[in-house]
This record gives sequence, C-alpha cells and structure tokens, in this order.
Amino acid sequence: MSTATTPKLKTSAMIASFADPGQKTKSAPFGHALVKAAQDNDKIVGLTADLGKYTDMHIFAQAFPERFFQMGMAEQLLFGAAAGLAETGLVPFASTYSVFAARRAYDFLCLDAAEPNLNVNIVGGLPGLTTGYGPSHQATEDMAIFRGMPNLTIVDPCDSLDIEQAVPQLAASEGPTYLRLLRGNVPTVLDEYDYTFELGRAKVLRGGNDVVFIASGLMTMRALQAAEALAAHHVDVAVVHAPTIKPFDTATVLAELNTDRLAVTLENHSMVGGLFETVASAVVTAGLGKRVVPVALPDEFLDAGALPTLHERYGLSVQRIVAQVLAELA
Amino acid sequence: MASVDELLHQPGKISGESTSERTARVQAAAFRIRHHALNMGEVQGQGYVGQALGAADMFAAVYADQLRFRADDPAWEERDRFLLSTGHYAIGHYAALAEAGIIPVTELETYGSDNSRLPMSGMSTYTPGMEISGGSLGHGLSIAVGAALGLRYQGSDARVYNFLSDGELDEGSTWEAAMGAHHHQLGNLTAMVDINALQADGKTVTVLRTEPVTEKWEAFGWYTQRVDGNDVGALLAAFDNAAAQAAAVGRPSVVLCDTKVGRGVPLLEDREKAHFMRIEEHEWQLCREQLTAGFEGKAAR
Repeated sequence: MSTATTPKLKTSAMIASFADPGQKTKSAPFGHALVKAAQDNDKIVGLTADLGKYTDMHIFAQAFPERFFQMGMAEQLLFGAAAGLAETGLVPFASTYSVFAARRAYDFLCLDAAEPNLNVNIVGGLPGLTTGYGPSHQATEDMAIFRGMPNLTIVDPCDSLDIEQAVPQLAASEGPTYLRLLRGNVPTVLDEYDYTFELGRAKVLRGGNDVVFIASGLMTMRALQAAEALAAHHVDVAVVHAPTIKPFDTATVLAELNTDRLAVTLENHSMVGGLFETVASAVVTAGLGKRVVPVALPDEFLDAGALPTLHERYGLSVQRIVAQVLAELA
Repeated sequence: MASVDELLHQPGKISGESTSERTARVQAAAFRIRHHALNMGEVQGQGYVGQALGAADMFAAVYADQLRFRADDPAWEERDRFLLSTGHYAIGHYAALAEAGIIPVTELETYGSDNSRLPMSGMSTYTPGMEISGGSLGHGLSIAVGAALGLRYQGSDARVYNFLSDGELDEGSTWEAAMGAHHHQLGNLTAMVDINALQADGKTVTVLRTEPVTEKWEAFGWYTQRVDGNDVGALLAAFDNAAAQAAAVGRPSVVLCDTKVGRGVPLLEDREKAHFMRIEEHEWQLCREQLTAGFEGKAAR
C-alpha cells in the first residue's frame, strides 16, 4: 500500500474545485458578480431548481431575497418561468446543472426563450468533466446540444476573472445566453495576462512560433500551463482563448490558424459538437485545408472517480497535453 | 411588491348591463368567433375547427368580458396576459383577437397561408396579441408562472390567464407549474382548461386517463371550479368568482371547462370526433348556416 505517501484520491476530493493545490482562487465568483450586476440593474432576477447552494446562486439569494425565486427540482418550470419573467421585462439568470439544463429542459429553452429571443440567461454548473459523479452529472455534450439552438449565445469561461467580467455583459446582451459555470473556489488565471473578457471575442494570451493552442473554458488554464511546460522542451506555444463558443470569433481564430504552426484545440467537452468542431467548420468554410488536433473528451460515457484521475485518463491533464503535442511534433 | 391583501383589478363589466344582457353580449361574441373559425377552416380546407368551436365560449368569456387590454396597443404594459399554451387552438384565438379588434377581421382569411401573421400553430413572434409560442404542449403554465411572478415583483396589478387543454394535463411540466404557482401563491394567475376529452390519438380516457381532474387541481392547492364550458352564464360566474378572489398573493385559480368539440354546428357535433376534423368542401356553407340558425333560434327563445 502506498497510501502513507500518496493519499488515495476519492470521488469527493475535487467536487468543489478543480484548482491545483496552492493555486490562487476566488470563492463563488458568479454569485458575487451577479450581486454586483444586480446592484446596477434592477431588472436582474435569479432563479434556481433546488441547486442554489451548488451553483453559487445562494450568494445572490442572500443579497436580494425578494429578487430570487426558488422553483424547486423542476427544470422545465425553471426555464419556462425564466422566459415568463423575461416576457415582463426582467433579466433572469436561472441556474441548475448543465446536464439538466441541456438534457431535461431543452424544449423549454428552445421554444420559450430562444425562439422569441428573450434575455434569459442559463447558468449551468458542472460543465464537461468537472465532477466525478459519472454520466448523470457530467455534461460532456452540453455545447453539442446547445450549439444547434438558434439565437443562443454560449460562453465557456476560463476562470474567476472571465466569469466576473462576463456576467454583466450577458445581462446586457439581447437574447438568451448559456454560461458554463465554474463554481466554488474558482482559479484566477487570466489576471496575469493583458486580458479582458469581451463577449463574442477570442484573445491571444501569448504568442509562440511552433504551436498554436485554441482553447476555451478551464482548458485555457491547462493550455497556459502546458505552454509553460513545453517551453522546457524548447517548444514555443501560442495560446488563444476563445470563451465565446457561439457566436464564434472566426476572424481572430482563423488568423492564428492560418500559419505553419501545429494547431491544437483544447476543450472540456466531447470531441463531438464543441470547440473542435466549431473551429473545424470555420477552417473548412474558409477553405484553409489546415490540420487541427483536438484535445477533448472521447465520444463515450465517462467513468466515475476522482477528477484528477479522470482528467489524466481522458487527456485533459497538463501532462497528457504535453505528451500529445510532443508526439505530434515528433 | 404589492401588498398581501391588495385585490387585483376586477373585470370591466359594462355599467348598467343586466346579467342576461351581459350573457347575450358574450354569446354574440362567441357566435362571431365560431363564424370566423369556420371561415378560416374553409381557407385551409381543414384544421382545428372542432376545437375552436368547442372553446369559442371560453375565448369569448375572457376577450369580451374579463381581459383588460387595449386593442390598438397589444403591448400595453398594464394589459392582462392571455397565454395560449395549446398552439393549435390558434384558429380560435385569432378569431377572438379579431373579435377584440386586435387584428383585422379581413386578415383572418390568411390563416395558415405563406407569409401570414396567422400561422397554424400560434407564435408570439408572428401575431399581435399572441403572448407566447405555444404548441409544444405543457409549456404555457410554466411561462405563466414566470409572467405572474414578474408582474407581481414589478408591482403590476395585471392578471395572467393561461389557456390549456386537458391533453396538456398529460405533461409533467403542467404539474411542475401547478406546484410552483401554489408555492409562490400566485393569486394573479388563472388557468382555464378546455376539457373536450379528446386527444390526437383518441378519447382522453383511452390515451391517458386524467380524471379526477377537479381533485387533482384542488390537491395542488388551486381555487378550483368546474363548469360547462359551453354555458356562457356559468363561465362568466366562474371567472367572476376567480376575479373576486384574485390577489397579488393568494391561491391561483383554475376554471375547468367541459366542452363539446364542434359545438354550435350540429353536423360537426355529431360527426365522429377527431383531432383533425375532416370537413368536405360543400359542407362549409352548411356549417355556417347551421351555426347561424342555432344562434338565431337561441336568441329568439
């Protein structure tokens, strides 16, 4: 037994946060950002389906109890009612887990919010592989489901800074939005770069001559870490952060892809229907004939277990990214 | 937010009008709504005419008597909201919107045609006065819960009416919303259920039993009334009762309306009931004549 030196990872070990040990984090950035936005905009209201404490909505509920509506464990009601609130001119943020928003309530979001283009803001916790609970909770195909919905804006933030800056912009934007929520103690990463979140824009975080990473969500954090690690192997990596998946900033991304560098997309999502296919369709549409290597989750139902174990198993860890890039370059 | 004991506005009855005059006025509106529906059905050669005829008295009761709206300003902020969940009943709703003066009667002949503002299934983005896009059944009451919460939060005394059908009682979301409305004490919300006991695949009792409907709504905490949905006097009394107890914070109310598909046109009342009723080309004029004869006969009595 090696447990004396290496503690056995448990499923619950990383449910609250995917932050690395010792990493700078911020607690409940979404909840605090929503409170701040609501102080400036009295139309903002919050709802949840019995997951307020688990989507950081409880921060808003405590600050504005009269503007918070608990809808119970009833996701169809949650999003139908959010549309009804928006019909009266309010700006609802409605939270649940991504799996329930995408799989249980799609019809309600599609017809009640998206078709009339209402300002309904969907806040989905546990996007992609951010829980070890298995397929019931792992929304590995949420972007694939939602990308087909007309009018819907999709945002996959990297860190606490992205979330803080995104929330007021989501409230201000017309039409429905989907935020892939990072909850609890969320890493703060992008403050070390000359970066601000702009809805609909991708940003080059660092330049590099050999490889270009196009990343979204928490995989931008991993991309930056992998770029550092690859420097030790004398591989110079550029990192582009594309937090808005739809509408996609094709111009910025294609400008970065249209070079001789190895192109890699990195996403916390299935290989099907997410960032990789968004980039691939942009490349094909522009007739670039450029090969793109995906770092993404496999098209399968994933295992339960501890998050670090699963990220390593399915290729999202820094170590696996570095190995994959070196293999491509070899 | 409005105070707990604050009563919402009462429907605008015409002052000096007797009960029988009021009933006759609403019956006349229902007659015109039925007439419009037959004309629209003839344009398409088919359609949900049976449902429109069955629900015409419900539409007339709200549009000719209960709802607060401005015909020339369908987006008027203080209007009561009428949410048609049962999208294919749009034919009846358009007829009611025309009767209410919100859309021109002449436009009804475009029903279901290319580029028309009056699609077969009702959508908010197409039609003035159409608050939501129904049709995917079981949505309306959830949206109504949000609208009622939103209006109350903003201090409005407007009320929310949701029209749904007994088939929509099959949908779990209807009951999520029924619980939500009671939990949030949405006294500004009134649901009206057209119980014609008919669904796409046959009689409701053979598709999925919904009875006992009254007891279900009562158990969900709603102020529940069940009436003959083709009896205008009974409908008005029920809506008056609902209005009398409407409040910003209080029990939501439901009026369960037993109706007859094809009501007012004996030819169709007696025809085998179908979700999509078949009417031959030569029968439309006969339907109109029967409708008129029935209405004039009743008025003469």
